[in-house]
Amino acid sequence: MQGFYCSMIQEIGKYFIFIGHLFTNRESFKTYYKLVLEESISIGIGSLFLVALVSTFMGAVTTVQTAFNMVSPLIPDYVISQVVRETTVLELAPTIIAVIYAGKVGSSMAGGLGTMRITEQIDALEVMGINSISYLVLPKIIASMLMYPMLVIIAGVCALGGGYVVGLVTSIISPGDYVYGIRYSFNEFTITFALIKSVVFAFLVASISSYKGYYTQGGALEVGISSTQAVTNSVIAVLVSDYLLAQLLLGQ
Amino acid sequence: MIEVQHISKSFGDRTILKDVSGVFEKGKPNLIIGASGTGKSVLLKCIVGLVKPDDGHIFYDKRNFSEGDRDTKIEIRREIGMLFQGGALFDSKNVEQNVRFPLDILTPMSYEEKMDRVNFCLKRVGLENANKKMPSELSGGMKKRVGIARAIVNNPNYLFCDEPNSGLDPQTSILIDELIDDLSEEFKMTTIVVTHDMNSVMGIGERILFIYKGQKLWEGTKDTITHSGVKELDDFVFANKVMRSLRTK
Ligand SMILES: Nc1ncnc2c1ncn2[C@@H]1O[C@H](COP(=O)(O)OP(=O)(O)OP(=O)(O)O)[C@@H](O)[C@H]1O
Ligand SMILES: [Mg+2]
Repeated sequence: MQGFYCSMIQEIGKYFIFIGHLFTNRESFKTYYKLVLEESISIGIGSLFLVALVSTFMGAVTTVQTAFNMVSPLIPDYVISQVVRETTVLELAPTIIAVIYAGKVGSSMAGGLGTMRITEQIDALEVMGINSISYLVLPKIIASMLMYPMLVIIAGVCALGGGYVVGLVTSIISPGDYVYGIRYSFNEFTITFALIKSVVFAFLVASISSYKGYYTQGGALEVGISSTQAVTNSVIAVLVSDYLLAQLLLGQ
Repeated sequence: MIEVQHISKSFGDRTILKDVSGVFEKGKPNLIIGASGTGKSVLLKCIVGLVKPDDGHIFYDKRNFSEGDRDTKIEIRREIGMLFQGGALFDSKNVEQNVRFPLDILTPMSYEEKMDRVNFCLKRVGLENANKKMPSELSGGMKKRVGIARAIVNNPNYLFCDEPNSGLDPQTSILIDELIDDLSEEFKMTTIVVTHDMNSVMGIGERILFIYKGQKLWEGTKDTITHSGVKELDDFVFANKVMRSLRTK
């Protein structure tokens, strides 16, 4: 058990050193600019469909289940959409989508870097005198931190839209009530909070996945293992930081 | 000139290199030969600093590489061209972009100048019409040749090749060997070639280091290699029939 803690602390230390190397920056701004654009396109456009799909259904299901639980005739219908708003914007959009994001973007980052490692492409960069960590990983992290908040905004919109559509189709809640509930006693800080969370999650997923991929050793099998570990570790980090942020920013 | 002094390296409790020393001269190919798994690639990686040796020093033209700070290392590395055993081409870039990459990052050349240089290098390795191909569309030998083109594109002072002609047909092999020989002389590069191909050894082996189980057992030239008197080297040199028939003559 002691060995386990030791290796965990070592791993975390290595991760922070890795993060440190990101900023011992060598290449020109122009190089990074191009790389960030490329990464942003692949991350953003690549995840758009999945994020929209998942969040639409998430909103729809939340609406149906909330309605199912509101049995008392004393509770007005608009409370349903109010609950949907709070859960999706505060929690489901940033956090659940982060889990999906880790599965899609994180695993591909780790897989890509792992393959570059085992086929000596990273060594080739190092031999050219390029800081491979900052060249390869920094653009991924920046792109992730730029694109993920946008994905979260889209996810929030899609989730609320999903709820609206399901309300309309099944007539659980009328469109008028739904929109009224969404606007009723709205606290803008929830949006700010969701965006703060999404920037933090984007950083965690991109950096942990890159770290796992970058330090892959061995062959194709190990690349697969790194990808899986990248997803698991990112998800754990996302959930822990979700709790910490909630405590920090919302706790009394 | 590259000087290697008392390099040792272990992975865990397995000793890979034991006290290897040697001098690699400018203007000609220096060959490192030895059986598979004896630590040739590890030695090469120690020399370029991809693997940190446990012991020993490496000097590039009197500049201490192993003990240099980060800036010295980067300065020296920007004068290095290296061909990896597997080619190590960037999967996401096509042939042209791969070869141009060191120029993009390390030089202020204009696009036209870069493309001239890239096409010149691709021509030297016999790949004029593959500019837009992706690495996944290339054969093993073509990858090697693109790797060589990328290694020489920035006129390096030091050229390292890990098995430049494994996986190539005999004709192309000789072409590549001669290319490396010519370039070393033409640009006064210090070239280190790792190989276990006896054809290369007899072709361009002006200086040869023989590594056996992580130790340097012998050094010399192609003229002295056939009568070294070292048993392990004889086993290596005369492994094939053609070489054996030469010996009995
Ligand atoms: N990163 C590493 N970790 C652990 N062991 C390693 C590592 N790199 C190489 N080795 C071991 O070092 C030994 C020498 O490997 P090396 O790649 O130098 O052989 P080689 O002489 O280049 O052989 P070949 O001609 O087949 O390429 C091998 O037994 C290999 O298992
Ligand atoms: Mg090797």
